[in-house]
Amino acid sequence: MTTRMIGEPIPRREDPRLVTGQGRYLDDLGAGALQVAFVRSPHAHARIVDIDVTDALDVDGLVAIYTYEDLAAADEAGSSHLSEPLPLLIPHPDLTHPRTAYPLARDEVNHVGEPVVMVVATDRYVAEDVCDRIRVNYEVLPAVVGLDAAIEATHLVHPDIPGNIGAHMVQERGDARAAIAAAPHRLELDLEIERSASMPMEGRGVYARWDADDRTLRVYTSTQAATSVRAAIAAKLAVPIDRVEVIAPDVGGGFGVKVVHPWPEEVLIPWAAMRLGREVKWTEDRREHFISSAHERGQKQKVRVGFDDDGRLLGMEFQVWHDHGAYTPYGLIVPIITTTQVLGPYKPGAYRGEFWSLYTNTVIVTPYRGAGRPQGCFAMERTMDAIADYLGLDRTVVRERNFIQPEEMPYDHGLVFQDGRGLVYDSGNYPALLDKLKALVGWDSFAEYAEQARAEGRRVGIGLACYVEGTGVGPYEGAHVRVETTGEVVVATGLTTQGQGHQTMLAQIVADELGVPVERVTVTTGDTRRFKYAVGTFASRTAVMSGNAAALAARKVRAKALRIASEALEVDPSDLEIVDGVVRVRGVPSSPGAKTEIPLSTVAVLSNPLRYAFDAEAARATQFAVGGSSEEPPVAEDDEPGLEAVDYYSPPRSTFAAGMHAAIVETDPETAEIKVLRYCVVHDCGNLINPRIVEGQIHGGVAQGVGGALYERMVYDSAGQLLNASFMDFLMPYASEVPTVETDHLQTPSPLNPLGVKGAGEAGVIPAAAVFASAISDAEGFAITRMPISPSELFELRERFAAGEIPPLRSRSGHISGEGRFVRAKEDSR
Amino acid sequence: MHLNCVVNGEPRQVDNVWPGESLLYTLRERMGLPGSKNACEQGECGSCTVYLDEVPVCACLVPAGQAQGRRVRTVEGLAEATQLDPVQRAFLEAGAVQCGFCTPGLIITVHDLLRRNPRPTDEDIREALAGNLCRCTGYEKILDAVRLAAAESEVR
Ligand code: FES
Ligand code: FES
Repeated sequence: MTTRMIGEPIPRREDPRLVTGQGRYLDDLGAGALQVAFVRSPHAHARIVDIDVTDALDVDGLVAIYTYEDLAAADEAGSSHLSEPLPLLIPHPDLTHPRTAYPLARDEVNHVGEPVVMVVATDRYVAEDVCDRIRVNYEVLPAVVGLDAAIEATHLVHPDIPGNIGAHMVQERGDARAAIAAAPHRLELDLEIERSASMPMEGRGVYARWDADDRTLRVYTSTQAATSVRAAIAAKLAVPIDRVEVIAPDVGGGFGVKVVHPWPEEVLIPWAAMRLGREVKWTEDRREHFISSAHERGQKQKVRVGFDDDGRLLGMEFQVWHDHGAYTPYGLIVPIITTTQVLGPYKPGAYRGEFWSLYTNTVIVTPYRGAGRPQGCFAMERTMDAIADYLGLDRTVVRERNFIQPEEMPYDHGLVFQDGRGLVYDSGNYPALLDKLKALVGWDSFAEYAEQARAEGRRVGIGLACYVEGTGVGPYEGAHVRVETTGEVVVATGLTTQGQGHQTMLAQIVADELGVPVERVTVTTGDTRRFKYAVGTFASRTAVMSGNAAALAARKVRAKALRIASEALEVDPSDLEIVDGVVRVRGVPSSPGAKTEIPLSTVAVLSNPLRYAFDAEAARATQFAVGGSSEEPPVAEDDEPGLEAVDYYSPPRSTFAAGMHAAIVETDPETAEIKVLRYCVVHDCGNLINPRIVEGQIHGGVAQGVGGALYERMVYDSAGQLLNASFMDFLMPYASEVPTVETDHLQTPSPLNPLGVKGAGEAGVIPAAAVFASAISDAEGFAITRMPISPSELFELRERFAAGEIPPLRSRSGHISGEGRFVRAKEDSR
Repeated sequence: MHLNCVVNGEPRQVDNVWPGESLLYTLRERMGLPGSKNACEQGECGSCTVYLDEVPVCACLVPAGQAQGRRVRTVEGLAEATQLDPVQRAFLEAGAVQCGFCTPGLIITVHDLLRRNPRPTDEDIREALAGNLCRCTGYEKILDAVRLAAAESEVR
């Protein structure tokens, strides 16, 4: 038997290149290409009065300068569409006031960093020198920065969008307000979460070459959605899509920011390459990435809940004010996810989710790993803690009482999810997850430990948070699997990879389905020359979507191989199996050359009747070698040459993974420094394909979660300047800040797909802010309602707590009662 | 200027180097060695770490002119022929790579750590790595790789 590969923690196939410096990322390509730099807006909101390039024209090495006017002129002269706003990727009926940017600003800029002028030069140094000499005159307009200013709407981001409101959306099941009003107990929480960003180590970048003879445009871009970029380029530049090739080379991380498409640069660089007839490249620098790509997270929230004496939710109203920045190319995906995934593993009773998606003069907000779920999880888990505190119950008990039970699956929340499909959980076992988490972290013995620590003058706290994550959203992905005549298996899928080990994971699946050693399988992702139909890599969907597509395609190839082999061996196909790349009669010991077996390589040769022989293998398939009936066509009517197949996987709806995290923190009584003593994760993403890769995804997610909870934020001043736009000031965790992560798994297969898998990519990051808020509240004795939290903020909260401005946790004040009183668990921590 | 230096064991001469350009730029754009990565150009991320005369430096902060007459070693020069360096092997075995963008710099940093301190404690490791940002791995498996490389070099 070939060893089963699915489930094995095998080392990654991609790594030998990457550890020797042989990875080829965007900026490693196109040596000798012309280089681009942009003049970007220094103002958050301004009208462009005029652009003066006179001083720049005599710089040695300058090739071209382009402004919006050049785009308009090009549109007029040809059939391009560059003077129109960039596409609204995901329209929604409730997005009543969408707005997208122009590739280069037309007459107004709406955030610092918006591209205004494109400069092409012989190298980046020259291009930047030219940028320095271009004078853009602006008439500065009042900037709307932060949610308060957006809500207040004294000033408008776009003068024709009243109240700065891009969208207002309500989803309701039952009458939540009535249920809350009638409940024995009620609580209200005001919460806030700040902005953060994906911040991959490799920024964006685009490199384009136009082959005028072949009339082909090839574009390399550091993207999460190569096929979509291709479609966008074809549409915007009016090049037949068949003449456009888009390739995602090695990509140095994405985490969401590279799924927006087309970025302005993704159409401008190819346009310049075509216009100039030269290779053109742009590589984003770090400051550009901070001010002109995308951010996420920023929300204010209000939760109102009604519950019974046992802490069971009877009704929940969740209101969200979501800061989407200056434009809405990615529609309402993030707030829709927040207001649906807030429900986590719980039954909320009646539920009303409502959000306002608001414009501000800041960088656009699009999904960052977690994509709205961390905010939703924060709201629900703070609420669970508040209920537990109010009733004097253990925090795990309240959660348990509200869990959807395994026997209630599939569970229909009666809401619409981000894919336009029902929010229906397919499977899961939340009580078992919680048991595992409690055992892993030692929940029940913590009180004793805390007591002891307190006696030593230390402050420790424990916290937990639970989440459910809709993964593997459609509409579809596909895969192509082919067995070459060498016996090598090549696989291609259209979605892209940014470091998740997809090439290994997909090879494992195909190796198992086909019965070949994994070393013989090579996988290509994100190359539209190899696979043209795809959606992209986001929403933890690759294992589910491309994984199942690859399995289905491999099954087709296997069936064909068995059919051809059965003819050659004169055995019924059902008596055959494929082991180690050899088709053989079941139960007959292997003996090479015997009439009971045939290598897949030979089957591949036989699958393709040939006229000409180029090597000994091919000679076996030529017309005088094969013989056979002269009545039948060499390729049967319903057959095709080649041992290959394409198949697609398209799920009815998302599959729902789940997990629970717990942390133990220590806060310094003097300095308010927050130390993570332990971090525990239990996780259920269905069947595991490569446990080591899944673990890596969890670790990476947790690190981003730790960053988002304790360090990372985007600091804008009131004029809309991003004050910390560098790694010096935007604090991403180093090895010195990330805790050791202890993990345990549960495997509840998804009934929705053939492999029974669920997505794992985003899981690690989702509950982190909620976990730390819970643990720090536990350590301090008052509720944390705003994340991230720095030591100085905690220090300040302590002072206000001491001054009586912040109420203590009821369980700490000895003030526990079940009476139906309305308590405002509200605090403004600013 | 003409820049003369020894890169990965080979004497190199590059013409028309602007002495103020970064060594990282010279390596990547003029010497065909794109292994070292540029993720910040501010000395904050360590992706560009190379040896300059056996001392690890952020190549983005070193003016090319400073490499005159000196030895530079990059991730491309660590493996001997087809034999991976033990640090590279440990990264493979521990699963310490995800997107790989931070990897070249980290491998040099770890290589240097183990030369200075063949048996580092976990604290030593975290401290030594605290100039290298990785956005993908959460560092856990990178720490495993360092421990593994340390254990292996002890065996040898
Ligand atoms: S690129 Fe040199 S330290 Fe970041
Ligand atoms: S592996 Fe991607 S940044 Fe480290």
